[in-house]
Amino acid sequence: MSNKQEMVKVFIMGEAHEVPAGSTIIMAFEYAGYQLKKGVGCREGFCGACATVYREKGNYKLQGGLACQTVVSDGMSLVQIPFVPAEKPVYDMDKITPDINTIKELFPTVFRCVSCNTCTKACPQDIQVMDYIQALKQGNIAKAADLSFDCIRCGLCALRCPAEIVQYNAGTLARRLYGKYLAKKSPELKNRVEEINDGKYKKEIQEMKEMDRTKLSEKYYTREIKLK
Amino acid sequence: MKIPYYPGCTLKSTAKHFEISAIESAKKIGIEFVELPRWNCCGVVASLADDDIMHNLAPVRNMIRVLEMNRDGLVKDEKRLLTLCSMCFNTLSRANNRIKKKSDDLDILNDFMYKEDIDYDGSVEIIHFLEIIQELGFDKIEKNVKKSLSNLKIAPYYGCMLLRPKDVGIDDPERPTIFEKFITSLSAKPVEWNNKNKCCGSFLTVDNKEIVVELGNDILTDAKNSGADIIVTSCPLCAFNLDNRQKNIKAKYPEFKEIPVVYFTQLMALAFGLSKEITGFDGNFINPTKLLKSKNIEI
Repeated sequence: MSNKQEMVKVFIMGEAHEVPAGSTIIMAFEYAGYQLKKGVGCREGFCGACATVYREKGNYKLQGGLACQTVVSDGMSLVQIPFVPAEKPVYDMDKITPDINTIKELFPTVFRCVSCNTCTKACPQDIQVMDYIQALKQGNIAKAADLSFDCIRCGLCALRCPAEIVQYNAGTLARRLYGKYLAKKSPELKNRVEEINDGKYKKEIQEMKEMDRTKLSEKYYTREIKLK
Repeated sequence: MKIPYYPGCTLKSTAKHFEISAIESAKKIGIEFVELPRWNCCGVVASLADDDIMHNLAPVRNMIRVLEMNRDGLVKDEKRLLTLCSMCFNTLSRANNRIKKKSDDLDILNDFMYKEDIDYDGSVEIIHFLEIIQELGFDKIEKNVKKSLSNLKIAPYYGCMLLRPKDVGIDDPERPTIFEKFITSLSAKPVEWNNKNKCCGSFLTVDNKEIVVELGNDILTDAKNSGADIIVTSCPLCAFNLDNRQKNIKAKYPEFKEIPVVYFTQLMALAFGLSKEITGFDGNFINPTKLLKSKNIEI
């Protein structure tokens, strides 16, 4: 029995590298000597910073994913997307309304959607991206906010869209509009914000700030969630 | 009768009164609209180019949803897809006819849509609400009229999308009569006029408003001169050009006299004695309430 680490061959931007089998794409990049300053974030699949494009051996499809969540396979071709320079309109939440007119003004490209579903195919979060763009087209902000809720803004949808829509920024607008104007207001949230502002949790927050990572992590995972 | 129903984007935003009046009136004659659980834009304006296959994805995807509804038991062996908006009706019908004739196009589309559970097989039929009414029989409408509209002279406006091209049209493109029969069954009087299938200017309203103002002036003036009190349509775009644009017509031609333009389903709901929340005349740019009161029709 050999304890030798099993290795796979991957092609990083066309260059062959041997990396440990079972590595995520980010680990493969780092093992091969790349220092990632952009295109990497929380490493836990939450932040959406590590959009990646890869192709598996023998498959013609270019696939998208999160580099921290996708495990390499033998013969895989890789590239890391450091940033998506997509358009992000500036708006004042107090001056816009939760309806189709806001979408027309800020994201006119939404109305160019041809329902090809390429965005949905690209989404690493399995979100029905096309469906939330269609909901925006119908002025249904609440539905768009709901369908796009799990978006982590990695930008792969916008990179693939033939109609040049910036889906993830439009989805963010929908969720902001929903939160500000359409969602049922929660009295608990208002009370809690007031309590925080009044300094009720000052001592606990200070304690947490001084805690080391292990203790903080333990406290997080053993926390009690009380629902009324 | 339960039938799959495709609303289209406009009926969920600026033409809600079209949808609500249609759904509620349909119930009275025994038709239940079952909205597609998932649907996307119809594709607005059928693509005519032979090599433009991509713009057929939107309409065909909606047809797959009809097959899904049948699979999931939301409707029973009902592959007809009901539409209200003339533009959606036209776009969906033309795409459907195209892929029925060109199986190569259908293969390409199905191949591209590999994420869908079901391949489209061309088995869906696109129909307009007026066709279903005709099929049930106009006497069914007559029997449900609770409020007489006999004092009302109505000009039926077909526009283009319900009639052309001939292979998708719901009636004779030159001499249509389906709207007239519908109006008569509501107890009102259809007006014979020249411009009932003249184009309203369609999308030119976006960047060439002047043309729409000229066309609108001709159409509306002809309706008035032919004795009409009110115009009915089934197209939200025609409605916008003929109703909302009257303010632009008035600005150019101060002697122009306004005339209400409503969806045919609003008058159906009115004749059926449904409430004003359902007739939804507040949604029309020129509110017909005053006119209807002058004709002794209570809202």
